[in-house]
Amino acid sequence: MEITQVVGLALICTIFLLLLRQEKPVMAILLSLVFSVIIFTSMMGKLASIIDVMRELTRRAGINYFFLTTILKIVGVAYLGEFAAVICQDAGEQAVARKVEFAAKVIIAVLALPIMVAILESLMAIMPA
Amino acid sequence: MNIDILFRIAGIGILISVLCIVLKQAQKQEQAEMLTLAGVVIVLIMVVQLMNQLFTTVRSVFNL
Repeated sequence: MEITQVVGLALICTIFLLLLRQEKPVMAILLSLVFSVIIFTSMMGKLASIIDVMRELTRRAGINYFFLTTILKIVGVAYLGEFAAVICQDAGEQAVARKVEFAAKVIIAVLALPIMVAILESLMAIMPA
Repeated sequence: MNIDILFRIAGIGILISVLCIVLKQAQKQEQAEMLTLAGVVIVLIMVVQLMNQLFTTVRSVFNL
């Protein structure tokens, strides 16, 4: 039962954050950062098994492996960007959070460009000349 | 799931805030500020190591 561990840890962390928020806001931000890192690393094993199943399905369906790699990269970039943006927002730095989100969006658009080009090319192949 | 780092950071934070109050009551504002700074730096070192671990994991899972 992983969820009981996560819920317990979240509640304890919230109590500590309430204690720290008034006296030392910097410590509170660092604590919430550590909490998100711990939750993510504990979920990483399950995420890796999901990704393994997706790889296997891709191999069986005979889809180009490049697409799955791109999707995984996009998910990774989105996760990391959201992680940093939420921490910044928590600290009250809206401007920094917005910039991080903007950078993540641009990087995702760049990563998605080859897929868009592939879609356009297959469209051109389908259309009668 | 290694949760002891979380408790360690919470403990350091609470300890430092208590010590800060004591030092401020003893009219030692500069030392209180120094103590805060030292605590933040110590916790930051721990957090940076943890973040490095996280980035390595993310990079290997999503092969970024």
